[in-house]
Amino acid sequence: MSGAALVEAQDVAQRFGDRTIFEHVRFSVLAGEIFVILGGSGCGKSTLMRQMIGLLPPTSGRVMVLGHDMRAPDADVLTRIGVMFQGGALFGNKTLLENVMLPLEMHTGLPREARATLAAVKLGLVGLADAANLQPAEISGGMAKRCAIARALALDPPLLFLDEPAAGLDPITSAGLDKLILDLRAQLGISFVVVSHELTSILTIGDRCIMLDRAARGIIATGNPRELRDKSTDPRVRAFFRRSAPVND
Amino acid sequence: MTAALSLTRQEGLLTLRFDGPLDLTATAALWVQTLDAARRAGGKITLDVTQVPHCDTAGATLLAAAETAAGGADVVGANSEITALLDLVRAARKVAAAPAPVSRAAPLRQAAKAAVDGLAFLGEVVVAVVRAPARRRMIPGRDLLAMTDDAGVRAIPLVLLLGFLMGLILAFQSSIPLRRFGAEIYVVNLVTISLVRELGPLLAAVILAGRTGSAFAAELGTMVVNDEVAAISTMGIDPVTMLVLPRLVATLLIMPGLALLLEMAGLGGMTLVMGTLGFPPVAVLHQAVASARLSDLLQGLLKASVFGAAVAVIGCRTGLGAGLGPRAVGEAATAAVVGGIFATIVLDGIFTVLFYRLGL
Repeated sequence: MSGAALVEAQDVAQRFGDRTIFEHVRFSVLAGEIFVILGGSGCGKSTLMRQMIGLLPPTSGRVMVLGHDMRAPDADVLTRIGVMFQGGALFGNKTLLENVMLPLEMHTGLPREARATLAAVKLGLVGLADAANLQPAEISGGMAKRCAIARALALDPPLLFLDEPAAGLDPITSAGLDKLILDLRAQLGISFVVVSHELTSILTIGDRCIMLDRAARGIIATGNPRELRDKSTDPRVRAFFRRSAPVND
Repeated sequence: MTAALSLTRQEGLLTLRFDGPLDLTATAALWVQTLDAARRAGGKITLDVTQVPHCDTAGATLLAAAETAAGGADVVGANSEITALLDLVRAARKVAAAPAPVSRAAPLRQAAKAAVDGLAFLGEVVVAVVRAPARRRMIPGRDLLAMTDDAGVRAIPLVLLLGFLMGLILAFQSSIPLRRFGAEIYVVNLVTISLVRELGPLLAAVILAGRTGSAFAAELGTMVVNDEVAAISTMGIDPVTMLVLPRLVATLLIMPGLALLLEMAGLGGMTLVMGTLGFPPVAVLHQAVASARLSDLLQGLLKASVFGAAVAVIGCRTGLGAGLGPRAVGEAATAAVVGGIFATIVLDGIFTVLFYRLGL
């Protein structure tokens, strides 16, 4: 877990008009690690992720992913990362298999049979082999997230971005998804950047994390989530992990 | 660097030797060649990956697919990473689902089901109408007024414009052949009867289907997608009574009025053309009154009401029957317009035969 930096945020800031969401954000994600961006609602977690995947250019600073500046991402870097959006963002007019086949169809010269075989394998890896011919409207939220991960895995990227993978799921489904993330890291050596505010999930999968705070407009803590929970003296961090309102103690 | 494939055969046993990293790019390049060779091998093959430093799941899938295509394979020279990935992919492929069989009778079954569902819905509407007096509280009066305003009052400018243009065009086109016989005055008879008996109700229904039927379907379809209809049901409220009846009543109220306005506007357009032919408005009016009977007007208004009811019921049915997913609402709106226009024309044909047989 001490590989090269796959993601580097270099003094990143985001402002919407006069409103500063965050500023002076600096961190790096190393190869092989599961890196969690955590914090309460409205602190800019998802905004930061949109910057990392090239959907939102930072107001200042830059984010480098796999050596590419994500202010102007090209097809090369976009085919080497996978993204799972919060609701799955599956295409409702395609089956799960066709959803996973789509990136293969767009970016490889594989024949249809090969694309279907590869997509079926990816669905098998996330435990959805039996659901390959279902439509997104016919599956549960947890299955949609698994399928979104399978689609993100389609091109065998070394880095996956997951936006709130545990949100809206029951504890058992959420634990299953955490196990899937850990399995995929162990089996395929994939690195993950996970945006989350689900404590159980953060503590289960996170190797390292940064914690954003809305009032501070930036990072207030960095480190291993379990160590932050046990050792941090910052009242905001302690309040987050204790699930209580912050108190200056 | 991408991988290369070489084939060797020793004592009847085919060996596929890969050289270089087996990633997605290599897999795309070698897929057809590898599987063709494996299928033609006629038995177990050897997959030599001694010179493959690493692979990803795509490469492991290629090896597993070759193994399956040949009916078995010995994989030699695999490092621990490749072995682990191959095991993972084999396990994933074992549970992979077979594609769902597509039945040739499926479209017929779907059409039959749609017809049965449509009849069942019609039955529900009839029941809701019968029970409406006892369920007055479930029919929101404000919604009824809003729907009447939206479907009726706001459609008036469009109806007037189309009716005026239709009357003008019909009068102009028919005046050309009739002028040869010096019978221009009979343009009035032709246009008046056409508008009052046929075109008035028909065009008003087409406007209603395109404007209001699609709106009903989109509105109710969105409610289905957002689980609002399910919420209504779980509150013990009949969705047909609450959502369909106000729309049905609103269209029944407005359609005769819209058809009448369209006919008046059409007669206005015709009067304009007749004026250019030298006929004063008073002469045109007298000729129009003499050419059409009251029963013609009443027939037209009856047809308009029935067409309106059909458009409303079909719009509500397609909306409430919308599936889930992002395309459902759009599909429901399209089906409402197509179904509404189709039903209007079929009903018009039935009315024509019926009135003819009744001597009306």
